Amino acid sequence: MTIIPPEELVPNDERFAFLTLARGRLRGQKLFAAGAIVLLIIIVMALLAPWITPYPQDAQGGVDPVNSLLAPSAQHWFGTDQVGRDVYTRVVFGARTSLLIVFSVLSLSVLIGVTLGVIAGYAGGWIRDVVMRVTDVFLAFPALLLSLALCIVLQPDLKTAILAITVTWWPWYTRLAAGVAASISGRAYMDAVRALGISPARAVFRHVLPNSLTPVIVQLSLDAGGIILTAAALSFLGLGAQEPTAEWGLMVSQGQDLFTTAYWVALFPGLAILVAAFAFNMLGEGMRTALDPRRGFTS
Amino acid sequence: MGRYLVRRLAQAALVVVGVVVLTFVIVRLLPGDPAAAYAGPRASPEDLARAREVLGLDKPVLVQLGMYMSGLVRGDWGTSLHTRLPVAHDLSIAFPASLELVGTALLFAVAIGIPMGLLAARYFGSPVDGGIRLGSMFVAAFPVFLLALIVQNLFATKLGWFPVAGEYDSKLDATSPLHLYTNITVVDALITGNWPIFLSTVHHLILPALVVAAYPIGVVTQMTRAAVSEESSLDHARLERALGFTPGQVLRRFSFRPSLNPILTLLALIFAYSLVNAFLVEAIFNWPGLGKYAVESIRSLDTAAVAGVTLIVALAYVLANLIVDIAQTFIDPRVRLS
Repeated sequence: MTIIPPEELVPNDERFAFLTLARGRLRGQKLFAAGAIVLLIIIVMALLAPWITPYPQDAQGGVDPVNSLLAPSAQHWFGTDQVGRDVYTRVVFGARTSLLIVFSVLSLSVLIGVTLGVIAGYAGGWIRDVVMRVTDVFLAFPALLLSLALCIVLQPDLKTAILAITVTWWPWYTRLAAGVAASISGRAYMDAVRALGISPARAVFRHVLPNSLTPVIVQLSLDAGGIILTAAALSFLGLGAQEPTAEWGLMVSQGQDLFTTAYWVALFPGLAILVAAFAFNMLGEGMRTALDPRRGFTS
Repeated sequence: MGRYLVRRLAQAALVVVGVVVLTFVIVRLLPGDPAAAYAGPRASPEDLARAREVLGLDKPVLVQLGMYMSGLVRGDWGTSLHTRLPVAHDLSIAFPASLELVGTALLFAVAIGIPMGLLAARYFGSPVDGGIRLGSMFVAAFPVFLLALIVQNLFATKLGWFPVAGEYDSKLDATSPLHLYTNITVVDALITGNWPIFLSTVHHLILPALVVAAYPIGVVTQMTRAAVSEESSLDHARLERALGFTPGQVLRRFSFRPSLNPILTLLALIFAYSLVNAFLVEAIFNWPGLGKYAVESIRSLDTAAVAGVTLIVALAYVLANLIVDIAQTFIDPRVRLS
């Protein structure tokens, strides 16, 4: 009789199921491709911002009152705002702020939400009940509302906004991960894991967690657009990033009273929010269609 | 059915208690000393101590939580610092105005989103479906405040088709005063037969409601499309087609009703989301709802008012969810039997 080493009883390749699946299925997904290309352009522009903008000093405190509220022209593609800053420069730098918010909120939410969810789903029983009731309470507040209340309580700035959105976002991942983890812990190979005397902690983080990631990754890309919109709404209300940070929502809010006379101050940052959120939505939708388990392995 | 109802009600009650506790925690974190605000700017240390006693701030936190809860139940939601009126009274005026706006927006969402979703599901995979799908994702990605600014400028300021701001023409208050019953202007005007105010409100309502509706239209379309097309791929739909029903008939008679459940659940979710999203639209269209009240409360660090707004939106959401869950048991017997 041969003794099978414990690791081989666990389908190791499932850990990378997401990647293999994704490679095959994302091919030919036009939505995914379109979203990915636009996002790539946004990311590259954000990284290269100081080199591809004509007036990088305008992204910080620079003012130029003589040239205030100029209409779009060859010198100022998107015109200038009320203190003479180049709107194009600030829109490009704003991409940095938005991406920073999206990635911070998503990674923090996943860290908290998925960890808690996987533990709750694997443990089951009263632990799961308590965790689910807590998420119920958090989910009873619309994301923007709870973030709003928190941003007032704490000093409003970029860090607070990130924190506040995270507080409203993690419960979604907890619920998602708990559901997946519960279904995984019922599978035969998890019985094997338990029979081998592998500790619960190791079982959760080494065997349940990696297999719960596919739906989480799909959800992440679907959520990113919503986070961009929430962050922009917060700063539009003056509760997110503060002057002189280049942030799209803040820029729209600064230009809103000028909309009839100098539309460009609010319009271009607003369109930037739209393009970024739309690109993330396309990416997420494309991913969901490609990876939807209900589609089966044949189509 | 009875057991399901009891369990569902108990769960809602538990969430309400949690919501109150969380609101209390947030309020306790608010900067500024409520006692100082209560006692006024020229208060002596003795005045402050008395204010602390009156407000119960000298008691243990748990006792304060108990006092806060019993106050809420008695209808004492505190006094707003900026309007100097009871918060419960302010909310009883602001909340119906928001409800009017969001309710109309959800009507638009259902009236436009469901037919669009059905159309996409009917021609699943065709260019029609692709167009609807892309369009619905596009409107859902639109930042609501940008849409509000564009629509207001184009259709109100430039073209003059709609009024720029407000709930109705305030000159009408003199010529045909409105009797209030529900505090929802459009409803009160309708039941009292006050046609000038009714028409004026509807005219004022269309633009902001369409703006608030943009996101719900997008997601209702997507959800209808997904649910109905999935239902049409099941065996029962294949049988119905084999029996000679046309694809359109299968969709309308057999695939649509089971798809109503996820759509209704979604509506409860976007009701609360839109209530808060409407804050931004109300600010731009100067609509006298919760959003305007919330923004003013935020500016004046008005603790009680902010807590009131937070609480009422969360409660509205819990209630909407409860109503939807109960409605589902009538639409879909699988819910009450499971």
